[in-house]
Amino acid sequence: MTLVSGWGRFPVVDTEMLRPRAFAAVADAVVSGTVARGNGRAYGDAAIGAVRTVTMTGFDRIRWFDPVTGSIRLEAGVLLSDLIETFGPRGFLPFVLPGTRFVSIGGAIAADVHGKNHHCEGGFGRYVDAILLRTGSGEVIEASREQNSDAFFATIGGMGLTGIILEATLRLRKVETGWIRERVISASDLDAAMRALDAGDAATYSVAWIDCAARGKDLGRSLIYLGEHAGKDELPAGAAVFPAGKAPGLGVPIDLPAMTLNRLSIRAFNELYYRMGARRAGGSHVVSLYPYFFPLDSIADWNRIYGKRGFLQHQCVIPENRARDVLGEILDRVARRGDASFLAVLKKLGQGEGILSFPLPGYTLALDFPVRGDILNFLDEIDRLVVAAGGRLYLAKDARQSRETLEAGYPALSRFNAIRKSLDPAGRIRSKLSQRLFDEV
Amino acid sequence: MTSRKSVLVLGGSSDIGRAAARAFARAGYDVGLAGRDVAALEPDAADLRARYNIEVGLHKFDVLDTASFEGFVAGLPALPDVVVSIVGLLGVQESAQSDLAHATAIMRSNYEGPALILGLFAEKFLSRGSGTLVGVSSVAGDRGRASNYVYGSAKAGFSAFLSGLRARASRGGVHVVTVKPGFVRTRMTEGMKLIGPLTVEAPVVGDAILRAVENKTDIVYVSAKWRLVMLIIKTLPEAVFKKLKF
Repeated sequence: MTLVSGWGRFPVVDTEMLRPRAFAAVADAVVSGTVARGNGRAYGDAAIGAVRTVTMTGFDRIRWFDPVTGSIRLEAGVLLSDLIETFGPRGFLPFVLPGTRFVSIGGAIAADVHGKNHHCEGGFGRYVDAILLRTGSGEVIEASREQNSDAFFATIGGMGLTGIILEATLRLRKVETGWIRERVISASDLDAAMRALDAGDAATYSVAWIDCAARGKDLGRSLIYLGEHAGKDELPAGAAVFPAGKAPGLGVPIDLPAMTLNRLSIRAFNELYYRMGARRAGGSHVVSLYPYFFPLDSIADWNRIYGKRGFLQHQCVIPENRARDVLGEILDRVARRGDASFLAVLKKLGQGEGILSFPLPGYTLALDFPVRGDILNFLDEIDRLVVAAGGRLYLAKDARQSRETLEAGYPALSRFNAIRKSLDPAGRIRSKLSQRLFDEV
Repeated sequence: MTSRKSVLVLGGSSDIGRAAARAFARAGYDVGLAGRDVAALEPDAADLRARYNIEVGLHKFDVLDTASFEGFVAGLPALPDVVVSIVGLLGVQESAQSDLAHATAIMRSNYEGPALILGLFAEKFLSRGSGTLVGVSSVAGDRGRASNYVYGSAKAGFSAFLSGLRARASRGGVHVVTVKPGFVRTRMTEGMKLIGPLTVEAPVVGDAILRAVENKTDIVYVSAKWRLVMLIIKTLPEAVFKKLKF
């Protein structure tokens, strides 16, 4: 057995780790209580098997690519970073780029990850045309919108619980360059931030960074980043049409002492970040896709900044009509508490693609908290606000929500469970997350 | 046939072989993959074609079947610009101490086969007056250690062969690279306890091989730390060294 955790490094639990190299070996790897793992970027316990965890990163081959349509067939262990580096220079990018490029395709499908374009272009699952799935019963099926469609829509956003994703067919976006024309808007409070996001509905990409240390009249003050793919004629002189991604530098080589992030340092960081961003506000400029989409990827192992006890990311979505009140209340409680971190992100979402996909039309707020003190109770109270407003939590980030929160937030849960059961009557595919939230006890 | 440069990877299905093939393909080389099981190489060939829009050829090659080597070289559609030998067998030291067949397989896979095939290519390259040969040897060949001297001695032989070949071939316009990867996380080392800071992933080795070919480097320690570690290990007096168990 090995002690394993997700990206948040909480919880740390025992599981058998296996890394097969051939699909035949995947079949042998599945025991009762198995789940697949990609590159380990789910924050909590989603990619840790109840008994056994099958890491899929050894399956990193492209099967075929059609440069006319941008359609690509690949193995589930291919990383988005690999796709970007390989096909970016040929004029193609994934339609959906989440906050880190170091996720596997299998993981991106299982979490139906979203990017800064979800409000207008949907999530990762929308650009999946087919999935080769090894179900819990051992069958290998091709699932698409036309064929085995129940399995297809349950697998998109299904947190790996329908089986092991072996391959997928995706559509890539044709791009002229690897650059983004960015416009920064500074918003002095939450109302202004939400107005700016609403006004940015027409932008392909939009996201707000919130200073969650700000209180009172500054509550919710934000920087809004809007983006569009830049054309060749917009690039700075001498710039490469497709910029190279730097390998993560300036890492966090050790677990920082838990007190590194305290009220003062967080306040100072947020203040500085807001002021620097506000100075750039107004005009538009062209930035490489890497800092635009993946600002944290440039810091290796940034998850260690929270100390060895790890951290929790709380990401909720609140339906549009209740969003202003509930987000205001959450931000106020967080600001009073004082230990929310530098990563507070607000973004508009549209409709989800899969049965259990996280997105719904509304606003999503993501916050980081170091694991300490009474944080679990504090988040339970936040969850009550979320649930009362008809919202839900993102399972890819989750390590601690209750069954009640899940059931209230995901009304399609029973339909998902029924499909899961038909694909896996013996219940062999089980993760620590499913044990905590889904499985019959 | 294209006007692009070409590389032939012997041991193309290994993790380092796949990584090297990708590195060369990314740099615009056409690639030949050679291995015992050609059908097993097909997915990697498709991967390289899809990624880099290059030509990929597959060739059957068994490093223990030395009698087939001349036919293998003659049967290639064209003489490549670069040949990289990644074949090798780690084996199990304890078994090799008493099992002569196993010891022989380790010696032949790591020394005899790789040396003979690169030697053959060297003659072809010398008559052409150009080309680069890359032998993936090992830090284990720098000094025989108690825990893996059967493998280490074969790699030592291979390193010595490459060293001599380099000296001779350099006068004929042919370059020889010796690569000593150190610990690499691959199928070969799966389950072994590797020392984290001294361990690299296969793509790092693949990139290092390409760089060595383009920069005409002679001997490559993939991680500079290994050069230091092996310097210390090589300079320990034998009286001290023989007491060490590693």
